[in-house]
Amino acid sequence: MNSLPLAVRDSSTMLRRNLLHARRYPSLTLNLLLTPIVLLLLFVYVFGDVMSAGIGGGAADRSEYIAYVVPGIVLMTIGGTVVGTAVSVSNDMTEGIIARFRTMAIHRGSVLIGHVIGSVLHSVMSVVLVGAVAVAIGFRSTDATALEWLAAFGLLALVALALTWIAVGMGMVSPNAEAASNNALPLIVLPLISSAFVPVDAMPGWFQPVAAYQPFTPAIETLRGLLLGSEIGNNGWIAIAWCLALSALGHYWSKAVFNRDPK
Amino acid sequence: MPSSVMSTSIRGGGPQSPAAVSTIGLRKSYGDKTVLNGIDLRIPAGSVFALLGPNGAGKTTTVQILSTLIAADGGQAQVAGHDVATSPDRVRTAIGVTGQFSAVDGLITGEENMLLMADLHHLSKREGRRTAAELLERFDLTEAAKKPASTYSGGMKRRLDIAMTLVGNPRIIFLDEPTTGLDPRSRHNMWQIIRELVTDGVTVFLTTQYLEEADQLADRIAVLDDGKIAAEGTAEELKRLIPGGHVQLRFSDPSAHQSAALALREVTRDDDSLTLQIPSDGTQRELRSILDWLDSAGIEADELTVHTPDLDDVFFALTGGTDQRKEALR
Repeated sequence: MNSLPLAVRDSSTMLRRNLLHARRYPSLTLNLLLTPIVLLLLFVYVFGDVMSAGIGGGAADRSEYIAYVVPGIVLMTIGGTVVGTAVSVSNDMTEGIIARFRTMAIHRGSVLIGHVIGSVLHSVMSVVLVGAVAVAIGFRSTDATALEWLAAFGLLALVALALTWIAVGMGMVSPNAEAASNNALPLIVLPLISSAFVPVDAMPGWFQPVAAYQPFTPAIETLRGLLLGSEIGNNGWIAIAWCLALSALGHYWSKAVFNRDPK
Repeated sequence: MPSSVMSTSIRGGGPQSPAAVSTIGLRKSYGDKTVLNGIDLRIPAGSVFALLGPNGAGKTTTVQILSTLIAADGGQAQVAGHDVATSPDRVRTAIGVTGQFSAVDGLITGEENMLLMADLHHLSKREGRRTAAELLERFDLTEAAKKPASTYSGGMKRRLDIAMTLVGNPRIIFLDEPTTGLDPRSRHNMWQIIRELVTDGVTVFLTTQYLEEADQLADRIAVLDDGKIAAEGTAEELKRLIPGGHVQLRFSDPSAHQSAALALREVTRDDDSLTLQIPSDGTQRELRSILDWLDSAGIEADELTVHTPDLDDVFFALTGGTDQRKEALR
């Protein structure tokens, strides 16, 4: 039995199953999408004037703050979407049908791969929607070339993949949906304490390492660099390294948990 | 009771017929708790085998090991000629499993569940649709096919579950407590379904805690108790193991009960129900001699019933431990 065509075929079957779930029960998807949009509007229209006073030496206006905050919001969107993934994986693992899949001659990893691809597609879709809202309220890139846009999308997809694998692992070890959403909380909190809303050097000194040495900050800075022309420095490589490391970690973690004997 | 007395010869298929399932010394424990303590089984292809036992006896664990869901700690198990530990995927191509808890996807419709199975068995689109429609029809689910499986009743879910199990034409089907939680009508439907499966030549391995179910369906029955096979054989063979036959006399007058008990002596008396039990194998000859004996002692019972041993007696005698036996002798 050749395993690659089997893997592709079974994984796409599982993906179809997950997409069917998402289509039948869109409420979770919509709830998760609402959070970044509300935050975006809140930070721009309610806190916008105050926040913009804190960057660019106080000379920035609201439209500059929109530009500053959108990359962070976009990454937060991914974080929020994959919390939904953790919840649905955890829900799914309590379903009897998983036991059935385990006793069938199908590609072992297809259940997880279906979740992962579904979640990445879902993240990309959410990013596009949140991005559209951002453009509607005045977000514009600064001379970004087509290549830079492409790179930005590539980065977002990579981040989505990395966070998804971690979320799948979190979902796998969570006994129920509540536990899964609690366990996945870092994926919501980390962007809040990154450079998403305020620059790292505007934070208190003791806190700066927390903001600087975490996956969201380099990814946000890279995205800013690509779309707004700011300095990327080595943030690009750091972001890619984070993504690859998190993907590998999440992948092995999820697989190990899945291959354990069910209780 | 020594276990060698309990085991009976393999009947029916004979030792040369291929075994669909065979295990030698299967063991499994969780922490300190030994769930399976050396299980030997040999199930000929094309037969119905029932693993009978009380809750916690290890029935589900046995099914989980044989269906490659969990690994055994020791011993060997072969299903469809393949070792479950070393070639689980070959085992999986031959089996279908309906677990104790419904293994349907509640979020999608019954039809979508069936098509999902068809896709996972790599049937072509047309063949998948045909198989799904046929099985939905066969299990009386056509009307509900477009509704989410979560809205199904217990009996419907179980039928969908089995329909999904049948999609790939498995040669060996495991049914873990297929009728637990079903109402009497659904239970009888399920029995009919299981009987039909066997006419197709598949091997059915079912677990149950209902003696009647094992008696009704199974060619051979193994009684599992505390992780060990306490007895194995056909329903008739098992019944013969237990000398549980007796004649029961019931009295309405306590003093008549009392004097009869004193006159007959070698009987089991129950003062609450005003009954006496006289051991008997239920033959006409013995029944006549009991009646003669009663007449000569001048005893007139209000009711006389002949009780032949059934699987209940076997079950309680084998699985009850000392408590049940004491109760039987009281």
